[in-house]
Amino acid sequence: MAKKKRRSMLYIPGNNPAMIQQAGVYGCDAVLLDLEDAVALNQKDAARILVRSMLETVNFYDTEVCVRVNNMQTPFGLADLEEIVPMQPDNIRFPKTESVQDVKDFMKEVRRIEKEHGIKNPKMTIHVMIETAKGVANVYDIAACEPRVDAITIGGQDLTADMGIVKTPDGAGIDYARKRIVMAGKANNLDVLDTVFADVNDEEGLKEETEYIKKLGFAGKALINPRQVDPVHEVFNPSENEIRKAYRVYSEFYKNTKAGIGVFAIDGKMIDAPVVQRAITVLEYANIDIKDIEKSLD
Amino acid sequence: MTPKFKAQAGTFESSDIMVLIEPVAEGSGRQVDISSTVMLQFEEDLKTCINQVLDVMEIENVHLIAKDKGALTPTIKARVETAVKRSLGIQEGTL
Repeated sequence: MAKKKRRSMLYIPGNNPAMIQQAGVYGCDAVLLDLEDAVALNQKDAARILVRSMLETVNFYDTEVCVRVNNMQTPFGLADLEEIVPMQPDNIRFPKTESVQDVKDFMKEVRRIEKEHGIKNPKMTIHVMIETAKGVANVYDIAACEPRVDAITIGGQDLTADMGIVKTPDGAGIDYARKRIVMAGKANNLDVLDTVFADVNDEEGLKEETEYIKKLGFAGKALINPRQVDPVHEVFNPSENEIRKAYRVYSEFYKNTKAGIGVFAIDGKMIDAPVVQRAITVLEYANIDIKDIEKSLD
Repeated sequence: MTPKFKAQAGTFESSDIMVLIEPVAEGSGRQVDISSTVMLQFEEDLKTCINQVLDVMEIENVHLIAKDKGALTPTIKARVETAVKRSLGIQEGTL
């Protein structure tokens, strides 16, 4: 089966029933039901009950469902976990992660609640969010400390605030953090997800930023408006030419491997393991299962 | 249980429901007043849904006013539960 794509992860305010009930039809790869920044302080209780109730009932179709809870240092973090963990959404996003101890404390509560509710083989994974300079400094250890973490993400707005700088369109202030977080994620086989692009009216700017983060190695981007889904997918989706090339590379690789040949050439260019891996990634983004290619060649 | 305070939850936005709760005298039971943009079609469903939550939470001696804007069942249940918990002083919120 092809790997789950996370090109687009759309934030939806946790206290907005109209948006939550439609979350499965926006066409994004994942929705982030937000109990943190998108919810007013005096509505935190209402939002967590609403999200829990929606998770019980609403059909999100193929869309991955992630819930961003409040940080454990706030009065809301633990209450969020008590409501949401028993529902076992696909993932929980843990904001403002600064250290390995933060992850351990968080996971201790998650595991306790799962045990209390008799959840024996939890499928729910964890996304850690790096939003402070301290978090960026510790990101290699954070990325490696917990097997249920399957994605790591950067929170650009909070990070620039923590650094005392302004988030500029060229992303200069968070460039080092982006690259460091990508390396930490890749070193631990995690998906790395980018921060939001705040100007929903600037489609060209969104595409430019998405092109850039794709080159860095990000698997996808957080979005704040359904209008941002298509432009981001456009950038992440491979072109027809790229798909044809990847198909040819993988087909030749499969045939040569069966014949016991490790390295081969296509049009005079050497094809080795990294080229094949890139081809597989392209095919995954094009929803082509390599098993189907293999079957067609057997 | 009997509500201790007046409380509300929800909004007047489309697909939401505003629920207001106030305690009434001991032995008064429940009074549920509903208005909805889909009253003709779903009045009974709304009443059933609201009463189910009140039953589960064992709430009596309450006057509940619901102003519905086409909320789905999970939203109605969530807003009633929130209003009840606020009225019992279990959670803080508005009003």
